[in-house]
Amino acid sequence: MQKKIKIKINGKLKKIDGKTKLSDLVKNLKVSLKNVAIELNREIVDKKKLNKIILKANDRIEIVHFIGGG
Amino acid sequence: MKKDKLIISKKKFNSRLIVGTGKYKSMNECAKAIKISEADIVTVAVRRVNITDKKKPLLMDYIDPKKITYLPNTAGCFNSEEALRTLRLAREIGGWKLVKLEVLGDKKNLFPEMIETLKSTEILTKEGFKVMVYCNDDPLMAKRLENVGAAAIMPLAAPIGSGLGILNKINIQIIRNQTKLPLIIDAGLGQASDATIAMELGCDGVLVNTAIAKAKKPFEMAKAFKNAVIAGRQSFLSGRIEKKIMGSASSPKKGII
Repeated sequence: MQKKIKIKINGKLKKIDGKTKLSDLVKNLKVSLKNVAIELNREIVDKKKLNKIILKANDRIEIVHFIGGG
Repeated sequence: MKKDKLIISKKKFNSRLIVGTGKYKSMNECAKAIKISEADIVTVAVRRVNITDKKKPLLMDYIDPKKITYLPNTAGCFNSEEALRTLRLAREIGGWKLVKLEVLGDKKNLFPEMIETLKSTEILTKEGFKVMVYCNDDPLMAKRLENVGAAAIMPLAAPIGSGLGILNKINIQIIRNQTKLPLIIDAGLGQASDATIAMELGCDGVLVNTAIAKAKKPFEMAKAFKNAVIAGRQSFLSGRIEKKIMGSASSPKKGII
């Protein structure tokens, strides 16, 4: 069995399987890639290349979108 | 008035009223108020996607970014780094380059932190952003923003959400006279007549959020602001009469009985 790692996504701690691809994480969270931006450790990630990124322990992921504001 | 359009970075807009999308009771109310206001531009915030509750209503389901220009805003940012991060993410969401920069310096009065704002404007402009800048009603700082490439100058009328109206008309006029950039009053308006005054001072537009969203009747207030902006613009373009101390009769003296 794959060893679990801890990551932070949108500020929340999450345990995932080691060697999980960022694309699989997003898919599991059922987040639509349309109209969002994704950051990995404060660097913006190209949404077309999510399947090339393998998550490591302590990675910090942010998925953001537009909401109402002034 | 048909050809009198608001032009920002070569983009043309029919309405001179820009409205915020925050503080409404619901997304439905927000969308309806915006429709009534006939605004072409709405400000939006960049925030985390709710990854646990997918049923939360989404802004884009209510306000179509193909029909209305989204103006990503950095509200809530207190330094240059946060603001740059926010707008780079906004650009990544869907290619937005026209943005509103707002770097705050004080949590109580929400005044802009102008040193950080100036720094951010320069960096963002170099990165290809068209930056509409929330700023103090300070003519010297407005000039500096223009010098580093701001796309629009957006001085506050009064603190954000205060509803006090334009506190320093003279400064707004000085800024108007010194710049050809779009000048848009941002923040602090309380009622429709405040928007008319801004337009009569020669501003190119106004940005309103709280005054509409928190009015007892937001839909009616949205309509009032729409009309107030049009009235103010028409009044400004019509060339007002000179102010005089003495009276001047409206009826001719000739033929008096």
